[in-house]
Amino acid sequence: MPRINSPAELEELRKDILSKRDPDKPCITLCSGTACHASGSEDVAASIEEEIKKQGLSGKVDFRKTGCHGFCEKGPIVVIHPEKICYLQIEPKDVPEIISQTIKGKKVVERLLYTDPSTNEKIIHEFEIPFYKNQERLVFGSNGKIDPKSIDDYLALGGYSALAKALSQMTPEQVLEEVKKSNLRGRGGGGFPAGRKWEECRNAPGEIRYVIVNADEGDPGAYMDRSLLEGNPHSVLEGLTIGAYAIGSHEGYIYVRQEYPLAVENVGIAIKQAQEHGLLGKNILGSGFDFTVKVHRGAGAFVSGESSALMTAIEGRVGEPRPKYIHTAIKGVRDKPSCLNNVETWATVPLIINKGADWFAQLGTEGSKGTKIFSLVGKVNNTGLVEVPMGITLRDIIYKLGGGIPGDKKFKAVQTGGPSGGCIPEEQLDVKVDFDELAKAGSMMGSGGMIVMDEDTCMVDVARYFLDFLSDESCGKCVPCREGIRQMLKILTNISEGKGKEGDIEILEELSQVTRDASLCALGKTAANPVLSTIRYFRDEYEAHIQEKRCPAYVCKALISYYIDPEKCKACMICLRQCPAGAIIGGKNQIHVIDQEKCTKCGTCFEVCPPRFGAAKKISGEPVPPPIPEEARMIARESKEK
Amino acid sequence: MSEITLQIDGREVKAEEGMTILEAAQSAGIYIPTLCHHEKLEPYGACRICTVEIEARGRTNLVAACLYPVEQNLVVRTRSERVDKTRKVLLELMLAHAPDAAELQDLAREYGADKGRFEKESSFCILCGLCVRYCAEVKKKNAIGFVDRGTRREIIFIPEIASKECWDCKECFPLCPTEALQATFLLTKALMSPSPPCAPESEE
Repeated sequence: MPRINSPAELEELRKDILSKRDPDKPCITLCSGTACHASGSEDVAASIEEEIKKQGLSGKVDFRKTGCHGFCEKGPIVVIHPEKICYLQIEPKDVPEIISQTIKGKKVVERLLYTDPSTNEKIIHEFEIPFYKNQERLVFGSNGKIDPKSIDDYLALGGYSALAKALSQMTPEQVLEEVKKSNLRGRGGGGFPAGRKWEECRNAPGEIRYVIVNADEGDPGAYMDRSLLEGNPHSVLEGLTIGAYAIGSHEGYIYVRQEYPLAVENVGIAIKQAQEHGLLGKNILGSGFDFTVKVHRGAGAFVSGESSALMTAIEGRVGEPRPKYIHTAIKGVRDKPSCLNNVETWATVPLIINKGADWFAQLGTEGSKGTKIFSLVGKVNNTGLVEVPMGITLRDIIYKLGGGIPGDKKFKAVQTGGPSGGCIPEEQLDVKVDFDELAKAGSMMGSGGMIVMDEDTCMVDVARYFLDFLSDESCGKCVPCREGIRQMLKILTNISEGKGKEGDIEILEELSQVTRDASLCALGKTAANPVLSTIRYFRDEYEAHIQEKRCPAYVCKALISYYIDPEKCKACMICLRQCPAGAIIGGKNQIHVIDQEKCTKCGTCFEVCPPRFGAAKKISGEPVPPPIPEEARMIARESKEK
Repeated sequence: MSEITLQIDGREVKAEEGMTILEAAQSAGIYIPTLCHHEKLEPYGACRICTVEIEARGRTNLVAACLYPVEQNLVVRTRSERVDKTRKVLLELMLAHAPDAAELQDLAREYGADKGRFEKESSFCILCGLCVRYCAEVKKKNAIGFVDRGTRREIIFIPEIASKECWDCKECFPLCPTEALQATFLLTKALMSPSPPCAPESEE
């Protein structure tokens, strides 16, 4: 590939790529992101390739393995262009029919379409499915259209035009002004205005400056940065290069966790391609601007996602946070000014440069502009990645996009912001997605994890889960974080085991305050949020655990028992056979009784008891009724004896 | 270096740019308690006992005095209700590890900390890192280090280095505010003795 030496040459190359692409030629795109990969998209890809050959269509149809489409609940996803017919949950056995019916016969295969659960209507096109229809996919939208290993695909969609514009038509100061004017706030958690950080870094004394992509996403359940870097690595590189130009940096790092092998691979390929094209390296697009990027692979410590810890890790030392009384934008990697933003923030930059700060600033709310990608997971029908305009309500995300709670269960809370965030209850569901509004509700935007919880979730257990996570993932350097978390976790564990005492809630609040006030880094300062937000909204659950030794959601094993209602038991033997502990006494025509001594509370009996009987029950906060006397256990089955 | 004027506990204090609040206070004879601080070592900021209250740009905040750089017109309070309460809880958290450490007990008396408030933890170490940092920064031997992270973090002598370097040095011993360092050393010494009497023979 010859180097591109000017914006004009870039446009020529783009024209050349487009001229070789027939927009009417059928193209099969298959989601090959990590989630679809796990549900078998590689086998589907093999059969698509095979079937294209078999049915004599080689060269007549394009096949593209793309990044994550977002609707992970229904993967692997196939979209047929140019009609944009969307098939879901595709298996290799479906492929021959797709090729013969849809590609050859131009007919839709009904059974593979999305069915609207409320109307039972079949929906043909991706953009009409409610999950997609209510999104605003500005940053994430290209993922489904391009092969992340192909720079041509990115160029065909206008890729690197923002970089060309910045380098040839704008001064670094103008780029900076544009980003400041857009009011883009960092998508990694804190929501610090990106333009201000860039400016601080640009104005810091010294010759060498670094720009850094934080791809050390580690919140439980969150994978939006992963999917973006895997699916559209060039968009991140382009944003980073524009930022470097504005800041006056010539060296960049992408800090990506080693547990994201596809992201590491794809971003490595993208860097190589960009270098070959002259979009990275010396004298980019003939502008005189030099910029190189290195990939730094993280070893998997959650705390290394904290900016100062990440920079320490880049220096080759243990990823421990440093005090940030002097910002990392002034003293970062090797004490040089270093500007760090996360994957999504950098990927948003090309849009702002291309379409302008005014366009960007009209999206969203007063204080939070643009869109935000969330990973919507947990007890919600449509799990996946969603990109929504700031200002949308949590209710709309969960119900309109997410399709509500499965199995007629009641919504209980949504956890945003990962281990640093908090739980937001039903009565706050109309809170707008906005950095400041979420903080007011006791949670935070975070990097975009959104875990939906239903009525079967115990909020004490949720707080305990997050503190347990943090007790492993704190670096352990400072006392308030390490010891505060240790003691809070002990108290929460005690409460969930029925050993809670009067005053425990107050000690939790006191420890939360000290951890928040005195910790060295943001991990510690926010570690108590899961505790404080659950106490704030679900204090009654804490009190039930402590005072009545009752778990209202029937989750905490030490506080629940399983019991078979003798009035309802039909002695069907199902639970008796399936109990892994052999704890159910009974037999044919003998009402079943659980031996409480043997019961391990695994819940199998409760799950397998036929709903029409509903005999197996969970009880909490009250003693288990004594078993009925053996002589009363016989069931007379008159009808069968006839 | 330009001179900076700040206020500590109502007193006007002169300091040089680049100094920390702790250094400025010490130069003016104002006491701020410390545990992990040592003048020969880089500021570390782990024990947080030097937490003080500052007023800057219209906001009140708690910061670590050993790290926070002085600013012109900064207002610092080394004692306040919030500072004292924070120090009290921090001491109680550390006393769970080392209830009998003299330094902690002295501070506990000052701040009304209850050494029995939290259940006794198995280690005697408060992870101030004085030994680790002294060995690395002053002696440049790295014979002792931290292992693991989070609540499992601990100090450990590296037997290969310790067996060569530690016998005649032991300069870290008097730095330790608890008894944990000596205990760790004794354990390591036992492990690195040339032929432990009951070492099982390797069958490989």
